[in-house]
Amino acid sequence: MSSTPLWQSAAIASVQVRTPRLKSIFLRAELEQHLAGQHVDVRLTADDGYQARRSYSIASAPGAALVELAIERLDDGEVSPYFHDVAEPGDAIELLGPIGRHFVWRPDDAGPLLLVAGGSGVVPLLAMLRQRAQLGVTVPALLLYSAREWGELAFADELQGYEDSDPALRIRFVTTRGPAQRAQDLTQRLDASSLAQQLAGWGHAPRAAYVCGATRFVETIADALVRCGVDVGAIRTERYGGVG
Amino acid sequence: MATRGFTGRRPAAADVQRLPPGQHETHDFPVLSHGPTPHVALANWRFTLSHGPKPLASWSWDEFNALPQTRWSGDIHCVTTWSKFDTQWQGVAIDDLLAAAGVTAPTPFVLARSHDGYDTNVPFADLTAGRAMIATRFDGAPLASEHGGPARLLVPHLYFWKSAKWIEGLRFTARDEAGFWELRGYHMRGDPWREQRYTNDP
Repeated sequence: MSSTPLWQSAAIASVQVRTPRLKSIFLRAELEQHLAGQHVDVRLTADDGYQARRSYSIASAPGAALVELAIERLDDGEVSPYFHDVAEPGDAIELLGPIGRHFVWRPDDAGPLLLVAGGSGVVPLLAMLRQRAQLGVTVPALLLYSAREWGELAFADELQGYEDSDPALRIRFVTTRGPAQRAQDLTQRLDASSLAQQLAGWGHAPRAAYVCGATRFVETIADALVRCGVDVGAIRTERYGGVG
Repeated sequence: MATRGFTGRRPAAADVQRLPPGQHETHDFPVLSHGPTPHVALANWRFTLSHGPKPLASWSWDEFNALPQTRWSGDIHCVTTWSKFDTQWQGVAIDDLLAAAGVTAPTPFVLARSHDGYDTNVPFADLTAGRAMIATRFDGAPLASEHGGPARLLVPHLYFWKSAKWIEGLRFTARDEAGFWELRGYHMRGDPWREQRYTNDP
């Protein structure tokens, strides 16, 4: 409790475009190992000393050689446009973390596990699924991942790879304004009735549920899960909103 | 250490003094909570002041709303770095609650407790002398459930996670007991002007 938290310099190792609005920033950083679902605070400093800080979820699995942040561009934002328009390999930023011990998943947590992502809300859930894949965790898991159209579903190929090699993992992509790519996917917005249908089709009652996305999405999904009979205490939420 | 190519967006000169370090202004009202939004029926709503497990006073919704009303207008600051200016609240000042109950603070520490099991610790000194209220109205309308309605604690001079949503009571405790986020890496007091965000912050 006594030591002052330390901002650490982190070098950008590479930048990867995931979708037109989402970029992965890979960082070389000496952070304590994180838990899947945690975030870091990022700090940028202008020449005159002015600083801006924001929180970003960690996309990489715990123990990965590089810390991956997947940052959505908010056009009226202050920090995300820097990562999209300016940041290059070799640049240095500052990191603090890992932070947060509520919206976290540990590989030995009880299942079945339900993950529901809206847009860039997939990032902390991706860290969970990457760790699951690495460690060969076998509790039943369902990911429902919603975006407007297929091209906005970042990491879709990687996620399908996990699903193909993991019989206990089921993934349903939801595209609310574009066609589905697979017969089992949904084009209907997630609400109480479509969620109930998905849970019935899955055939498991979640013991743990993680919901992450924009405020309105998370409110809708969390309410619907309660109405579907999921224990309130089993539902963890993380809402994105109003930060840039 | 300057970040190459980062210029940032300075707040307007008039706002510089209003923004605690590391904060930026938002015009939205973002929602952050750890789980689903509880929908608390007014018929079942109660607010209880207690000393440890012992109730000191308790009010139904109608009784609570008959207490003296206080208005406050000003800025609020969330630990996730947004600040919102000129918010307007109405409710019952903690000072008036204690007066109505006919009690004085039995300990210097309080745990604010919510209907969804959330809790957060606030020193009593931060709740008294007109510094805090149980708010039931925001911007002139009943407080929406996603923002903590029917009633939430409002301690605007601390980071907003201290302003517990869906509040059901204040419990005086013998020690400064960590609440939900305080047990999960967040600061015991949370003064935005001292940037007390996380456990190890000064």
